Amino acid sequence: MHNLMEATNHYDAIVIGGGPAGLTAGIYLSRARLRTLLVNEGTIGGQMILTHEIANYPGVESISGYQLANIMKKQAKSFGCDFRNNVSPLAMQLEGEVKSITLSDGSVYTAGSIILSPGGRSRTLGVAGEDDFKGKGISYCATCDGDFFTCKEIVVVGGGNSALEEAVSLTKYARKVTIVHQFDHFQAFEHAIEEASSHPNIEFMMESVITAFKGSENLESVDIKNLRTGETVNFRTDGVFIFIGYLPNTEFLRGHVELNKWGEILAGNDMSTSVEGVFAAGDSIAKRFRQVTTAVGDGTVAALAASAWLNDMKVKQKNLVHAG
Amino acid sequence: MLYTNLKHIESASEHAKILSENENVMVICGRMGPMCIPVYGIAEELEDTYTHVKFCDMEFDNPESWVIRSLPEVRNFMGIPFTIYYKNGKVVKATSSIQSRQQVTAILDKEFGVPVNA
Repeated sequence: MHNLMEATNHYDAIVIGGGPAGLTAGIYLSRARLRTLLVNEGTIGGQMILTHEIANYPGVESISGYQLANIMKKQAKSFGCDFRNNVSPLAMQLEGEVKSITLSDGSVYTAGSIILSPGGRSRTLGVAGEDDFKGKGISYCATCDGDFFTCKEIVVVGGGNSALEEAVSLTKYARKVTIVHQFDHFQAFEHAIEEASSHPNIEFMMESVITAFKGSENLESVDIKNLRTGETVNFRTDGVFIFIGYLPNTEFLRGHVELNKWGEILAGNDMSTSVEGVFAAGDSIAKRFRQVTTAVGDGTVAALAASAWLNDMKVKQKNLVHAG
Repeated sequence: MLYTNLKHIESASEHAKILSENENVMVICGRMGPMCIPVYGIAEELEDTYTHVKFCDMEFDNPESWVIRSLPEVRNFMGIPFTIYYKNGKVVKATSSIQSRQQVTAILDKEFGVPVNA
């Protein structure tokens, strides 16, 4: 145990995920003089960096998510938090006093406590041709790519607030928008449904799903299957915008900690998971509200709980030595 | 204004200068939006490893970005960022919209070579 504690790859705590929850945990843990490693797969900042302007983060009048993420990273680094970027956990052993994680580059790290904050990502359709036509007719961002579809006919996929609001916003560019939704009703707020339904340039294909994207160099059409009748039609379109929600990045945790049926991590009030010494925070946990501020709160609680856990473990070990 | 830590290209002449002074160049032409930011982030993270590549960005709405937008390689692109890979001043690869780290490194490795310290 003693040798392990001195090994370079052993940390007091490892944080998995570099969004606001993970960065906050990194700040708190390293400031508490705990040797901390933050492992991050994508861009530091998580979903927060995708927000053009954050105007409701207390104490900051207005800031881009990208800038806020960079400040948080700088803070964590200034307190001594180590970072391993662009790597993902391949294997892990979370039970027991010493937990270990093998990363995608083959490196192995151990720690007394783990904080899981892998966040979430945009859901894709996973349909044939989706990757081929990304940026060549398929988009996931109306603000980014809407102007490429000026005077064209497009499809919007989804039935939530994002889909309906973005469909309305895309009518600024496209001459016709067809919303394709798998259910016979929408999940959006009433005002969003009303606005989309009453728009003269928006049409609807309910209980329908896209089954294939087709074209040569650019997207030219999609196959749309009506789930009620089973009939599939080839539908001519210049573009498809996909807004079908988010997925928690928790596939790698299946079988390691308890997840709910949506793949969200089940965490207690102190952010503890089903495994002792393993805590969770941020958008990947089962909860109602997902904001930068709630992620920061989760990260704080998880870090403090992990610190207390590590302290308890030290006391236990000391008592064992004395008893021996 | 692009709030990234990459080298910002502000003008067509600066673009030409960077291409003439560097063998391998990656230019990400976009906005501060959800499809672009992850690509800037990937480039920032790779800068330390791919020291033989010059990583830059250019604002899509800057009129000077015609040097990117008028390239024949991007004529069918309908999603930002437009990411252009240059070798000795010539376009060797161009991609549209968001890319994963694996996609970016695959291009960098193929077109510019695997970094020695990788």
